[in-house]
Amino acid sequence: MTDDKERLDRAIIAMRVAKELPAGSCVNLGIGIPTLVSMFVDDESVVFYHSESGVLNCGPLADEGSEDIDLINAGGQFLQSVPGMAYFSSVEAFAMIRGGHVDVTVLGAHQVSATGDLANWMLPERGVGNIGGAMDLAAGADKVIVAMEHNDRSGNPKVVQECNFPLTGRGCVSLIVTDVAVLEPTPDGMVLRETAPGWTPEEVQEVTGARLIIPDNIAEYEV
Amino acid sequence: MAFSKLYDSAQAAVADIPDGATILVGGVSGVNAPEGLLSALADRGVRDLTCVCDSNYYGAEALHRLVSAGCVSRIISPAPFTGRSDDPVHELWRAGTMTVDVVPWGTLAERMRSAGAGIGGVFLPVGIGTRFAEGRETRMVNGVECVFEAPLRGDFALIRAACADGVGNLAYEGPQRGWNSAVVSAARVAIAEVDQVVEPGGIDPELVITPGIFVNRIVQSSSVPVG
Repeated sequence: MTDDKERLDRAIIAMRVAKELPAGSCVNLGIGIPTLVSMFVDDESVVFYHSESGVLNCGPLADEGSEDIDLINAGGQFLQSVPGMAYFSSVEAFAMIRGGHVDVTVLGAHQVSATGDLANWMLPERGVGNIGGAMDLAAGADKVIVAMEHNDRSGNPKVVQECNFPLTGRGCVSLIVTDVAVLEPTPDGMVLRETAPGWTPEEVQEVTGARLIIPDNIAEYEV
Repeated sequence: MAFSKLYDSAQAAVADIPDGATILVGGVSGVNAPEGLLSALADRGVRDLTCVCDSNYYGAEALHRLVSAGCVSRIISPAPFTGRSDDPVHELWRAGTMTVDVVPWGTLAERMRSAGAGIGGVFLPVGIGTRFAEGRETRMVNGVECVFEAPLRGDFALIRAACADGVGNLAYEGPQRGWNSAVVSAARVAIAEVDQVVEPGGIDPELVITPGIFVNRIVQSSSVPVG
């Protein structure tokens, strides 16, 4: 049984995602776990953060007490101001996204399918939800990484064969980092790449809705 | 100066916004929003507004006030819900008295840009394969499927800026520029609430972000009674 197996915490998920951001890349972080990623990018790999609210090269989240009242990310959280920032209109912010100028986006998700369909804006039982900039990012960013818990609060798998929640984008996700595994959606199906410490591929399959393709060389999740 | 777009108060600047008007509201998550103008509008008790805004969550108190006062019957926004249990938009939507159109943020920006620039709409690659594009006109453009987006025009834009001169040129501070400068050109009448009003020439023409041609009325923020 996998019910009481230890899972990684949100900060570890964010640390693992941080390793996926190439030095010098332009990155847009979504709300939730993705926001934490900026805390784990080391100073040497300079990453340029992009925000839909019209800021480029903004710093990571501001420390409590040093918030600038004006400087926020798309989720309304306060950011540090750093040298080299640029401000612009939201029209330009989305031109950057759709125009392919944003290298990586990290988003949360309700469901991701075996072929990389993303559902992250509406829970059907609520009947409504916020899209924000997620559809633009799903369509325009070069690489979409999903950072999320592997299962929802009721234990339902969020990595599924087919999404049955309303979609944000089709076939757009290229990597999933969760609290039990790192997975790669492909046209052939969901490939298991890494497992969290103490988890076997079979145990990951047990908590996953998608049929996993399990290669011979599964790495241990390293941060 | 003989000519000036400066109004004495927020109340005077919003006095002619009628019931049923479409308003385009600046600010993101309530930060850098035209709070004085929104409050003045809520106080007037106008009805049946269509409110086009970035989002309704976290610090958007002035927008909440407008909604809670029953002034708004329709919201067009990428993020209209706060997700909190006391969300006035969600309550009104559930009660069936509020229409909510959830749209991708960049699409909303581009629809307003089209209106302000006199463009007959745009084809965007956003939302393809989702319910957002279902049943709508699509076209393959250079191998990429796109959905047609019509211009979205407002009657009034309510925005926030740092500085205005009397002829309506605007300068912003930080991310104030983002959504405020995105909505300003798409309305018949644009009203800017600013922290500082200077004489023409007080803003270096090189540093004007929104040219005065897009701005019809200016209100100094300090002349706005708060909440």
